[in-house]
Amino acid sequence: MPRINDVGGLDGFGPVLEELDEPPFHADWEAHVMAMNRALIGQGIYNLDEFRDAVERTMSHESSYYENWFRAIQTLLKEKGVV
Amino acid sequence: MSDDHDDSPIAARVRELEAILEEKGLIDPRELDQVLEAFTAKASPANGFRVVARAWTDDGFRARLLADANDTLPEVGLSMGGGLQPQVLHVVENTADVHNVIVCTLCSCYPLSLLGPSPTWYKSPAYRSKVVSHPREVLEQFGLALPDSTRIEVWDANAESRYMVLPRRPAGTEGLAEAELAALVTRNGLIGTAAV
Repeated sequence: MPRINDVGGLDGFGPVLEELDEPPFHADWEAHVMAMNRALIGQGIYNLDEFRDAVERTMSHESSYYENWFRAIQTLLKEKGVV
Repeated sequence: MSDDHDDSPIAARVRELEAILEEKGLIDPRELDQVLEAFTAKASPANGFRVVARAWTDDGFRARLLADANDTLPEVGLSMGGGLQPQVLHVVENTADVHNVIVCTLCSCYPLSLLGPSPTWYKSPAYRSKVVSHPREVLEQFGLALPDSTRIEVWDANAESRYMVLPRRPAGTEGLAEAELAALVTRNGLIGTAAV
């Protein structure tokens, strides 16, 4: 299935919603996902480009940013035979 | 970070995966704590505010910053190192004629160390798509109405290149000290969705 990674100039994503006084993470698990990803890249399990590719091909616009990250991490770990 | 009482299904699944990776010796919970502490301690928009205040008060610094930001940041004790890969920072200066705004249309590239963790709207497809095609409209949504004569330049970041906006120094701030000037700057000002 073709995928469009670069959304610059596309229509149809609705208004830009700004959350006032947004915290860095909305829940503790989001921080865990961020830290886990850094550690796995740091260990060389996968690299940053592989991670971004995984986010792009597994992402859902219904999921939150870190939900998409977690799905990408799980996908890569499965594909690499780690988990 | 080790005391996690979030009971949502995804929190449980994250904990489960963390436990598996820990058992396999691939991650160390203490190391994760360190990663997170380093991230929250170092990545702050206060860094960007400081850079802007110095640029407003020191013309030489401003010129060097615009010419080569990576080389110039150490003058205020900052650097673009520490990320997952090397990044070149470009500081783009607002003038009477030009207003700059940054985006990452591909994903969510952002100068974390200078601006702190990025807001969700910056990472949203809505912002990433629309700021390119209708920048004026998007800026108006943020309450920033620019004169028609102002040209808007949109800078698209990527894995190797990051951007930060240098806002215009507000009128009537001539007598303020550097720290007072830094307090005037906002995170959105560094992105370009606010004037300062």
